[in-house]
Amino acid sequence: MDATQAVILTIITASTPLLLAAIGELVTERSGVLNLGVEGMMVMGAVCGFAAAYTTGNPYIGILAGVLGGVALSFFFAILTQTLATNQVATGLALTLLGLGLSGLIGESFVGLPGVKLQQLSIPFLSTIPFIGPILFGQDILVYTSIALIFGTTYVLFKTRIGLIIRSVGDNHNSAHALGYNVIAVRYACIMFGGACSGLSGAYLSLAYTPQWIENMTAGRGWVALALVVFSTWLPKRLAIGAYLFGAVWIMGLYVQALGFGIPSQFLSSLPYVVTIIALVIISGNKTLTRVNTPACIGQTFVPDR
Amino acid sequence: MGDHVSTKGGTAATTDYLLEARGITKMFGDLAANDDVTLKLAPGEIHALLGENGAGKSTLVKIIYGSLQPTAGSLHWLGQEVSIANPAAARNLGIGMVFQHFSLFEALNVVENIALALPKDTDIKDLSQKISDVSKEYGLPLEPTALVADLSVGERQRIEIVRCLLQEPRLLIMDEPTAVLTPQEADQLFLTLERLAKEGCAVLYISHRLDEVKRLCHDATILRMGKVVGQVDPQKETAASLARLMVGADVHAINANREHKPGETLLKLNRLSQDADGPFGVSLVDINLDVKAGEVVAIAGVAGNGQSELFDAISGERTSGTAGAVQIDARDSGLDTITQRRRNGAGFVPEERLGHGAVPGLSLSENIVLTRHSDDAGLSKSGFINRESAIAINERITRDYDVRKGKPDPEARSLSGGNLQKFVVGRELDRKPKVLVINQPTWGVDAGAAALIRQAMIDLALAGSAVLVISQDLDEIFEIADRIAVISRGQLSEAFPAGDLTLEKIGLLMAGAHEKKNPDATGTNEKVSA
Repeated sequence: MDATQAVILTIITASTPLLLAAIGELVTERSGVLNLGVEGMMVMGAVCGFAAAYTTGNPYIGILAGVLGGVALSFFFAILTQTLATNQVATGLALTLLGLGLSGLIGESFVGLPGVKLQQLSIPFLSTIPFIGPILFGQDILVYTSIALIFGTTYVLFKTRIGLIIRSVGDNHNSAHALGYNVIAVRYACIMFGGACSGLSGAYLSLAYTPQWIENMTAGRGWVALALVVFSTWLPKRLAIGAYLFGAVWIMGLYVQALGFGIPSQFLSSLPYVVTIIALVIISGNKTLTRVNTPACIGQTFVPDR
Repeated sequence: MGDHVSTKGGTAATTDYLLEARGITKMFGDLAANDDVTLKLAPGEIHALLGENGAGKSTLVKIIYGSLQPTAGSLHWLGQEVSIANPAAARNLGIGMVFQHFSLFEALNVVENIALALPKDTDIKDLSQKISDVSKEYGLPLEPTALVADLSVGERQRIEIVRCLLQEPRLLIMDEPTAVLTPQEADQLFLTLERLAKEGCAVLYISHRLDEVKRLCHDATILRMGKVVGQVDPQKETAASLARLMVGADVHAINANREHKPGETLLKLNRLSQDADGPFGVSLVDINLDVKAGEVVAIAGVAGNGQSELFDAISGERTSGTAGAVQIDARDSGLDTITQRRRNGAGFVPEERLGHGAVPGLSLSENIVLTRHSDDAGLSKSGFINRESAIAINERITRDYDVRKGKPDPEARSLSGGNLQKFVVGRELDRKPKVLVINQPTWGVDAGAAALIRQAMIDLALAGSAVLVISQDLDEIFEIADRIAVISRGQLSEAFPAGDLTLEKIGLLMAGAHEKKNPDATGTNEKVSA
């Protein structure tokens, strides 16, 4: 395994959790809901995933548990913001704090235990092709899931009736309601899809990225995912570019630091943020496209007439 | 259906009604928005639903369309009692509705917008073709792939109508459809509606434009304070008798009789040009206008043609490029802030009264401080607010302009639309501004309040101020204006004396007859000739 291959593999590993969490939030925001609790749902996914995998010895049960952990927390968010019409920003922030606290409590007895690692696929012949084999055919299942989700959400959002309904609810919930769509139900579903993706992302961290449980192990990735959604102008493909760019600059920074060029580490660790923001601002230069893709109702509470 | 075709002037000669609403009552808290309302619609009939704002028209149609559930009473479709739980159920019965505030999605294109209103099994791929067919058949041109945000209000309404037509409705509800159209567009709409009625479709037509109702409708139901106060044949009524039924009293005609003797120019727009603010704004192109002391000048136009941009440029919400582009009382004010312009004697009343003209959560006296802190009313001294004088001014304004309120100094949001409008207009008029610029002064205001506001504007002009009114309501414009200019796509026509203009001519101007085909090309020509 040469150095380039190693770098690429690390970049994919670093980018995947961002991509998973961000694609879920993208769908949630497309339906007009701003869920700032991504970090909390991720960390819940991480602890549930780790605990289930450790107890059963099966990483796939861990993945399932991680998804359920994220969904549970997002369901709570949906009840509060949709049924009880609470403020989405405040509820989302509270959700992050709740997730961080709850995960610490659940994970207390799992700190320092050896985790169950999610295995990479090993396809005979294909995975052993020099250089590209391990990159294209030797990843774990969640990496492929994240890529499938990019294409899947693009297709669903822009080619199907369900996607059209999601976008319409996010663009103008009053009109969608007037046409007879159940705005609240659509938003419930999108919020829980976002929770599932965040849970998946958390499970990736505690099962594949670093197979162990450490408190607050998401380390702010949920916030990066949230920012990526905005800078991608709510387009899944741009989101993928952003996530991989962020991962790439981050990992490069680590390598540069290890090689000791004398560049201050603070500068290197801030670089991914700077580069990603600049790149995404440049590609979203078309104002009309940005306006059209921005969910106009984002963050607004919908209360139907009775 | 052919048997039920009614002729204009008579009610439909049929005993079996398409839709009957019997004893509909809808309570919002203690308020009866509808009180024992009965309405009968026959196939092929164009039925007007008349009433002032707040009379309960919207509530009634929302109940028919399934958006609201009645507190009491029943709906009968073709003689069978039905419960219309939601708009989808209404559409399944064959009820289509064109909303006053369109239920369109700006970020989606025409096909997507229409697809959302059609049943689940509709094939979206064939839809573009169907849309083209129907829009051609009924003379409602539409580009299926166009983004709604890029379309004019008239085009948006066509989407709503085509959307209903594709569902082959048996009852079409139109909520104030002509409020946003040019007279020519309105004529086209009437032809479409008459054709639909001939084909057997019933039309429930909500409007407060009585001449339209007289021209188009076979029958009329009049609501006042939630109750049916009349079931009349509009052909046998006069506009005045209909108005009397709606309001419940004679509407005072305003006293506009005065000679047009303009004095010096107090507001001058001098080659005002401005780029659009964002992709869905309108650019202003080379706008010239003089408003003189003692006159009321009105700017007509279909909504979304640059009225709000023009207002923002004059009021200073967006400063224009050069100081000379806007002159207030002979001072170059193009770069001044709003406060500087106010100090210079100007008053501004924006279109949106709640949220723009007044802060919803602040009391009326606090809202007065917001626009008058810097003038000579003595409301603020060394940064401290003088509450007593704010409250005193509030008392004066609410008394002089008949603002009806519960508490002495309520929150702005607690006032009804008409009363809040009287307040925001009165707040500026109380300053006796030299220049008053007012955008949509009587939008959504009942007839009594509208008459008061119009009279106040005329009185201000009589006292020697310059008044510029931006309005979509042509009746209002003809009632109060000395001169009329028309804005379309950010270009302003010459201001013609009101007596020289006919509705037809205004309609042509609203459709853009005065526009320079290509502003850039004209600019080049000028250079060449110079």
